[in-house]
Amino acid sequence: MSAVPKTPALPYAMLRPGRIVAWTVLFLGGIVMVTPLLYMFSTSLKSAGQVYDLRLIPADPTLANYIKVLSDGRFMRWFFNSVLIATIVTLSCLFFDSLVAYTLAKFRFPGRYVVFLAILSTLMIPTEMLVIPWYLMASKFGWVDTYWGIAFPGLMTAFGVFLMKQFFETVPDDFLEAARIDGLNEFAIWWKVALPLVTPALSALAIFTFLGNWTAFFWPLIVTTDQSLYTLPVGLSSFAVEQSIQWEQIMTGAALATIPTLLIFLFFQRYIVRGVMLAGVKG
Amino acid sequence: MTATTIPRRNKGPGSVWGKLSIATKQTVWAWAFLALPLLFFTVVRFYPTLEAFYLSVTDWDLLSEARFIGLENYRRLFADPAFWQVFRNTFAYLIFGTPIAILLSFAVAYYLDRVTVLHGFIRALYFLPYLTTAAAMAWVWRWFYQPPPIGVINSLLAVFGIPAQPFLRSVDQALPAIMVTSIWAHLGFQIIIFMAGLRAIPTSYYEAARVDGLGEGAILTRITIPLLKPTTVFLVIFSSIGFLRIFDQVYNMTSNDPGGPLNSTKPLVLMIYQTAFSSYQMGYAAAQTVVLFTILFTISMAQLWILRSR
Repeated sequence: MSAVPKTPALPYAMLRPGRIVAWTVLFLGGIVMVTPLLYMFSTSLKSAGQVYDLRLIPADPTLANYIKVLSDGRFMRWFFNSVLIATIVTLSCLFFDSLVAYTLAKFRFPGRYVVFLAILSTLMIPTEMLVIPWYLMASKFGWVDTYWGIAFPGLMTAFGVFLMKQFFETVPDDFLEAARIDGLNEFAIWWKVALPLVTPALSALAIFTFLGNWTAFFWPLIVTTDQSLYTLPVGLSSFAVEQSIQWEQIMTGAALATIPTLLIFLFFQRYIVRGVMLAGVKG
Repeated sequence: MTATTIPRRNKGPGSVWGKLSIATKQTVWAWAFLALPLLFFTVVRFYPTLEAFYLSVTDWDLLSEARFIGLENYRRLFADPAFWQVFRNTFAYLIFGTPIAILLSFAVAYYLDRVTVLHGFIRALYFLPYLTTAAAMAWVWRWFYQPPPIGVINSLLAVFGIPAQPFLRSVDQALPAIMVTSIWAHLGFQIIIFMAGLRAIPTSYYEAARVDGLGEGAILTRITIPLLKPTTVFLVIFSSIGFLRIFDQVYNMTSNDPGGPLNSTKPLVLMIYQTAFSSYQMGYAAAQTVVLFTILFTISMAQLWILRSR
């Protein structure tokens, strides 16, 4: 238990030169990983004439592309749509997934196991298999080209139920019994006692759900035909097709779609990495 | 906090509710909490699943009434050479993509775990691509793969005197080019999960091994890799499912001829998309989704079985 740094690095002194080589290779690999992002930003700051100049630092940086791409208002609209849908779906998942998970983890009632298995079994069904029936449902009820139509398939997820259930199982029953004796009703016990005890899991689920919906492409592509209802990825895709070979415009659009998540990551790096670990390992 | 004995009967207000036993109350609450979610899962998951199976044996095309045609869709699919091309492509993404992705991410995680200098920064470099939107990054990579003088990769090759490569315009190179993009996009996630797995191995195991005089290589093969197996199994299955369902990258990187050139990059999901939403052959597309489901199910189960029993 001596001066252990944050990373439990192994005593590795015998391999000094190897260690330096490994570090250098890792570092260069990391640079290669972000090169596409760097070039995307670099090109978005170049004028059409400079695109062929492949230097990473633009000779004459300009925000003209951003002004042009943002000026027709479509990107702002798609951005708003994506934020709205990802937020609604995330809130819904946080509420319902954890309510179901709590019920399955902490209540003893006939049918509990069957309900859990039934919900778990939906994990095996790929989205692609459901989109045709969903589309049929959406067109029957007039949900095509509506926010509800884009959002409804994701409002509750078996993944979230499964993840949250594992965490609710670690909440001691005594806490809940104590609240019960204090006269709280079951909903209040869940909301005021159990939920605050699983906040790390809630934030992990929130990160996963938000990211998944923010980048979702397949279903929004199917259920929207009206440009003003496109989400950012679908909008960007149609924008890029329409720009054809104007790469500086396309890179600007791609940068606009990427900046929000990168900013969030810069501020919440630790939570996001921990959240992904938590969700990935437990889920 | 110690457990207190709870009175079996709660003397609530003198209503009917107050006279119910705790067990009954629990059951009532449980089903009240589950009512709306169960309705959702029934309407949005179970029913559509059954409907997909049903539609797969009809000739439904959005316009006329669905008519039962037995296994005709499946017969037609399996007789279609285009399907077998798509089938080969889908498995090419899986068979080459998954091992490369797993080996790369393990190697990075294994070494990154021991790095102390700039650890967080380097980890962030690998993780950042995971937070990007596949549809956006597909276009960045598409630009990278352009012929000279626009394409970044071809310009780089020219520096080393390597002739320009056609990449996305070639029947042979387009699929690997798209696969690289997909591996790049998911590497960060796999690295993070591998690192979590590595952290979960107790350090005492390593210390004991070192006391016994095991070298680094022996520790890796006898301790790290075996103890990491649950993580590896999860990532192999997760990555395989991802490659079998690849769509965003292919759709965006080949949008002038989706799945092209000459269907050489088309995966099953893109075929489903085109059959359903370009040709509106809903019944036929539903049959394709059932085939996709069967493939996913079989592959996951087979991997689970093989990797568990070893």
